[in-house]
Amino acid sequence: MSEHTHKQFDAEMDSIRTGVLAMGGLTETQLARAIEVLKDGDDRGLLDRIGSVEQEINAAQVDIDQQCSQIIAKRQPAAIDLRMILTITKIVNDLERVGDEVKKIAYKAGQTRDAVRLLQVRHFTATRAAERAGTMLQLALDAFARLDPLAATEVIEHDKEVDVAFAEMLRQLVSYMMEDPRNITSALEIVFVAKSIERIGDHAKNIAEAVVQLVKGTDVRHASVAEIRAEVAKE
Amino acid sequence: MAFQTVVPRPEAQAQSLPPAAPKMSIRKLDFYYGKFQGLKDINLDIGERQVTAFIGPSGCGKSTLLRTLNRMYSLYPGQRAVGEIMFNGHNILHSRTDLNMLRAKVGMVFQKPTPFPMSIYDNIAFGVSLYETLSSRQMDERVEWALTKAAMWDEAKDKLKQSGMALSGGQQQRLCIARAVAVQPEMLLLDEPTSALDPISTAKIEELITELKQDYTVAIVTHNMQQAARVSDYTAYMYLGELIEFGATDAIFVKPKRRETEDYITGRFG
Repeated sequence: MSEHTHKQFDAEMDSIRTGVLAMGGLTETQLARAIEVLKDGDDRGLLDRIGSVEQEINAAQVDIDQQCSQIIAKRQPAAIDLRMILTITKIVNDLERVGDEVKKIAYKAGQTRDAVRLLQVRHFTATRAAERAGTMLQLALDAFARLDPLAATEVIEHDKEVDVAFAEMLRQLVSYMMEDPRNITSALEIVFVAKSIERIGDHAKNIAEAVVQLVKGTDVRHASVAEIRAEVAKE
Repeated sequence: MAFQTVVPRPEAQAQSLPPAAPKMSIRKLDFYYGKFQGLKDINLDIGERQVTAFIGPSGCGKSTLLRTLNRMYSLYPGQRAVGEIMFNGHNILHSRTDLNMLRAKVGMVFQKPTPFPMSIYDNIAFGVSLYETLSSRQMDERVEWALTKAAMWDEAKDKLKQSGMALSGGQQQRLCIARAVAVQPEMLLLDEPTSALDPISTAKIEELITELKQDYTVAIVTHNMQQAARVSDYTAYMYLGELIEFGATDAIFVKPKRRETEDYITGRFG
């Protein structure tokens, strides 16, 4: 994309784009920390760190949104600039929600570390699902950085895998609860973990859909993967 | 989970389609200032009772194109247009076109307000009297009708005998629009009608354009891209005498098809 006649406009657009990527980096790292807690890492230090970085993510959301408002008020952006700003306001919203979900995962995982009968679910099933959701998030942010609608479409396809992993976790947890009612309290906490992981996949999918709209100009939020593929293939 | 099919809005679907009912059809239009070619192979339909905006950098040919639509260029020696501009079944570029009738049917308003040095009433009655013989009562009605159409009646009704030159710039421009409307044209050409006006007067003219399209076909040249986005149904982007992109305004300002258009409307040009 060539430069604006107003160089300051370019600087302002660069600032919000890099802001989103930095915020994305923070959420990815947060998720990695939450996975460590799931694996029974040093949870106290990790939980404190997750809590403080979550504040940074919230502040980044407010800051980027304010910058977007300023650009709209001052520059009356059109076409690709307008689509970029609208996309960014959506992405920061999703990233902030990812931050919230990650915090929930870490705290719930911390609360259930004594539930030894459920170690299998936490150490393997939940960890694998969270890693899948993390990969989706990373790929979605890469697609945004490279303005790559094809890569974004692949992220949208991956969402099904996280949904399947969520269903698998629920099945396992229900089995444990039926086996021994003493598992119910902890298993219910892990259901919340599973739900948060599934939501992270949804947010990554939202980001990927926003990238397709940014590049192609078509709203694909309620379209099937086949329809999105067809849209992306169009010149 | 069942996925919903995205149904695009009608405007978005129409983005590459020409207007359904063209009032004016331009085909293979070339225009020359002496040896210099100002317009190159322009093909375009101007939709009936729609607003079509022409945008582009200075010297791109948008005002030249507007001036061909009522043969205003014929007033200047050495300027000629070749091709076809069909209006009401006739090619107006034909040498036997009655230019006075054409300009009554296709009225024009210019960048700077150009009231005649006469009263508000006479500014409007003068043009009408060239084409029609009306009784004084009929003329009174026509003047009121035209001023009402131009959203000027309330401001002007108590000072019809005052000079049109004494009005503010925005009022003068609306007087010029009333004057163009008074001869009951079918089409209005607006050449940067608000570039000399303050924001409030500009807003009034934009509001007026939206009302005028209920009855008239409007073509507007503007340097203000937000204005084109606000008032028009279709937008044409021109550059170096060529029509680069033409489509529904809703599409052009959100996702233009051509990179050149995107660069221009996002301020990346030059």
